[in-house]
Amino acid sequence: MEGAAALERGRSARQELDSAVVRFAGDSGDGMQLTGGCFTMETALEGNDLATYPDFPAEIRAPAGTTFGVSAYQINFGATGIKTAGDMVDVLVAMNPAALKVNLADVRGGGLIIADTGAFTEKNLQRAGCDDNPLDDGTLANFRVITVDMSQRTLDAVKSAGLSKREALRCKNMWALGLAYWLFERRRKTTVDWLEQKFASRPELAAANVAALNAGHAFGETSEMTGLLGAFTVRTAEIAPGLYRNVNGTEAMSWGLVAGAALAELPLVFCSYPITPASGILHTLAGLKAYGVTTFQAEDEIAAVCAAIGASYAGALGVTSSSGPGMSLKTEGLDLAISTELPLVVINTQRAGPSTGMPTKTEQADLLQAVYGRHGDSALVVLAARSPADCFEAAIDATRLAIKYMTPVVLLSDNYIANASEPWNLPDVDKMARFPARFREDPKDFHPFERDPATLARPWAVPGTPGLEHRIGGLERDAVSGNISYDPSNHQRMTEWRAAKIAGIAKDIPAQTIDQGPDGGPMVVVGWGSTYGPISRAVGNLLSEGVQVSHVHLRHIWPLPRNLGELLGGFERVLVPEMNMGQLVKLLRSELLVPAEGLNKVSGKPFMIAEIEAAVRDRLED
Amino acid sequence: MNVAAPLPNLSAKKLGPKDYASDQEVRWCPGCGDYAILKAVEKTLADIQAVPENTVFVSGIGCAARFPYYIASYGFHGIHGRAPAIATGIKLANPELDVWVVCGDGDALSIGGNHLLHALRRNVDLQILLFNNEIYGLTKGQYSPTSRQGTRSPSTPNGSIELPVSAVAFALGSGARFVARSVDTQQKHLPGVLKRAHAYRGAAFVEIFQNCIVYNDGVFDDFTDRKVAPDAQVHVEHGTPLIFGKARDKGLRLASGGLALEVVQLGENGVTEADVLVHDETNRALAVMLAAMAPPTHPMALGVLYCQPAPSFERQMAEGVASAVKKAAEAGSQGDLNALLRSGHTWRVEE
Repeated sequence: MEGAAALERGRSARQELDSAVVRFAGDSGDGMQLTGGCFTMETALEGNDLATYPDFPAEIRAPAGTTFGVSAYQINFGATGIKTAGDMVDVLVAMNPAALKVNLADVRGGGLIIADTGAFTEKNLQRAGCDDNPLDDGTLANFRVITVDMSQRTLDAVKSAGLSKREALRCKNMWALGLAYWLFERRRKTTVDWLEQKFASRPELAAANVAALNAGHAFGETSEMTGLLGAFTVRTAEIAPGLYRNVNGTEAMSWGLVAGAALAELPLVFCSYPITPASGILHTLAGLKAYGVTTFQAEDEIAAVCAAIGASYAGALGVTSSSGPGMSLKTEGLDLAISTELPLVVINTQRAGPSTGMPTKTEQADLLQAVYGRHGDSALVVLAARSPADCFEAAIDATRLAIKYMTPVVLLSDNYIANASEPWNLPDVDKMARFPARFREDPKDFHPFERDPATLARPWAVPGTPGLEHRIGGLERDAVSGNISYDPSNHQRMTEWRAAKIAGIAKDIPAQTIDQGPDGGPMVVVGWGSTYGPISRAVGNLLSEGVQVSHVHLRHIWPLPRNLGELLGGFERVLVPEMNMGQLVKLLRSELLVPAEGLNKVSGKPFMIAEIEAAVRDRLED
Repeated sequence: MNVAAPLPNLSAKKLGPKDYASDQEVRWCPGCGDYAILKAVEKTLADIQAVPENTVFVSGIGCAARFPYYIASYGFHGIHGRAPAIATGIKLANPELDVWVVCGDGDALSIGGNHLLHALRRNVDLQILLFNNEIYGLTKGQYSPTSRQGTRSPSTPNGSIELPVSAVAFALGSGARFVARSVDTQQKHLPGVLKRAHAYRGAAFVEIFQNCIVYNDGVFDDFTDRKVAPDAQVHVEHGTPLIFGKARDKGLRLASGGLALEVVQLGENGVTEADVLVHDETNRALAVMLAAMAPPTHPMALGVLYCQPAPSFERQMAEGVASAVKKAAEAGSQGDLNALLRSGHTWRVEE
């Protein structure tokens, strides 16, 4: 009788939420990325909108138990409009003292912390640099805390599998996952299937992991009965119908390049040098030979860009990719591509700089480098992807423009976009507009630098074509014949044409639209790249509260959309949140003479929604 | 399998050396060794009946790097030191193209040393011609990485203190499988070496001693001057004894008790031709020793020092892609991008 009443109370106690943020944190060896990935998949299947972000250490094998070895995976999920991995954490699963210490500052006051007491040993506390045990020294007074010896409970649960203690303990992430599933009413089936598939050759490991998962889940049910733990119901989202998958920016970017090359009917030659956080694209594409993709791991960044230029010259789609410091090395090559007017796509997965900076942290501080950071007057096209799934279309756009205008295109992504993931309503590639590359073949009246009057692009005449033998290079060349020319008026004309060709692309890109909000008023928030999520949510929240504010988000950084000045002119104030010290804001002020003001964050972490909301309110109250 | 016959010229007309000259005015200093090399290359192209549209000359920066403008083929004048990287990209995109790289000693061994090293060790199918004049010409006479110690130049008014790098030793150390050497003015020898380089399907490295008449005139006189040349050069040929000298009376043999080559006088001290080493171009150790020789103690070794074929980089890359594409085609999934996007976990949201 009492038991039934408790169960009843437990059920009714499931708190209903619009969204929730869960972070799994543990040691690098605790399998947190995998745990988060499983939780994400089950959550997608439950019908929630979601966004995730992994945060892993820079060290390859950091010493166990240390704060710099902490690996975390965060997921924000709920009803429609989940556009960031979440500001503050509602539920933190901490697998050891270091994980608790590193992540505590991000937990919402009153949030739930689930800690594995089995890992809060004297030794681990010492490794984490804790003088006292935070579980009982009052540190967690403002939070709800569930302490449970996950380690021991995991050992108990998997006992029958006959594993070594070390192997058995490695199942404790599944125990934690099981508890998280119960907490948020997730099903376990996909995870169980996946475990059985992953450990097909070692069924005892599969059984142990499943047992741990079930034990964690059962623990939730039991504690509910004892009133120990309140659980949640998270409202599902109104999601557009379609076939979905979860995708991160690295995958979407790589597939976008493959799709772009296919739509252009060109082979893809991807030339890159390993650098964090860009290497993932090289890894992904290296596995896609079956799509005709050639990947070349060059000896350095310079060779990577030069080989990509050589590939484009010979009639392929040459692509190179890097991150900040590597982009610096490539700039000489970019000027060669600008000067020889060859198509080239360059991906910059930005990270916190300058120099080596914080390679695993995010930043948007390479915008001015992309637009201006070269010798000579040397314009190229600059685009920015705004979310993981958006990388797919951005890469296709970059490819199209590079080929049509015979120009390098820099596509800016960042560490956040590369690693974060979101559900993606899969496009039908067969229905996408094709843009086949056209090579010059007719020797009659062929002049290597004679421009198409509409695009100002020169013809693409590739080696192997009879009768079109010609020479190109970095020396200034005659505006028509392409032969070396030091003629003063020719250089003036060529410099103007190179600039005009890029400027003219503004006619070929969509007019800028307002993402949300009225088309005029006291303030517009202008963003680019991965700030899309937090700005979009912040503006949405403010609008629903009656605050007059709009959101404009740029895909095209250079050239800027043709109507942008007019569009921004309808607002009294222009606020530009950026993960840098103010770069787009400078561009907007100098190009459009708008009184744009910056909102800058360079902590290596993305903006929180609340930070942008607060900034908008503050400034509107000024 | 990677030594192939020259590409056939399918057009009816047989092309002569002049047919490979572009319409551009050649602008090297009068008397520059580059003229002689250009002539030898044009002759070589005619000898092999190179197909102009399938031929690409790629260069970096420097006097030598102007070379592509003067050949009536495709040409790419790149950036300083990067020609091997650009050429690698060209071969990756189209392995059928016949690609020549022209570079100088500063270009290839200073700013571009890294790219040269990797093009060689990868065995990219390129003919890499290094015009070595032991000086920076285009920038007006500074010492280069191959300049001899003590070279006085605008940047080393008291003489350089650096030890020079040996181009061929560098190439061998980088893992090059074809290493040869010739001299700009040796119009009989140079085309022969270039033809061998062209026939080799991989990275063929040719160092060409080239006289800079303005900034380093006569720097190679110690072995190229007519008076001393026969005694200061050994023309190596596979399977032939390493004999040289005006009277063909000098030879090279392994010094007794050491791993070194010594010059011996035939007919003296009972030395006969049988004592002289026979050149084996597949012997890398011998190539390294030949590369290290220099006057006045030894003759300068010219010809193909080393040739040990191995599969070329771009062919292996292309085969890897082709076999993956073929496998996909057999599975009926060739180029199916929708299948790629839908690999892994997907879920459907219904209306």
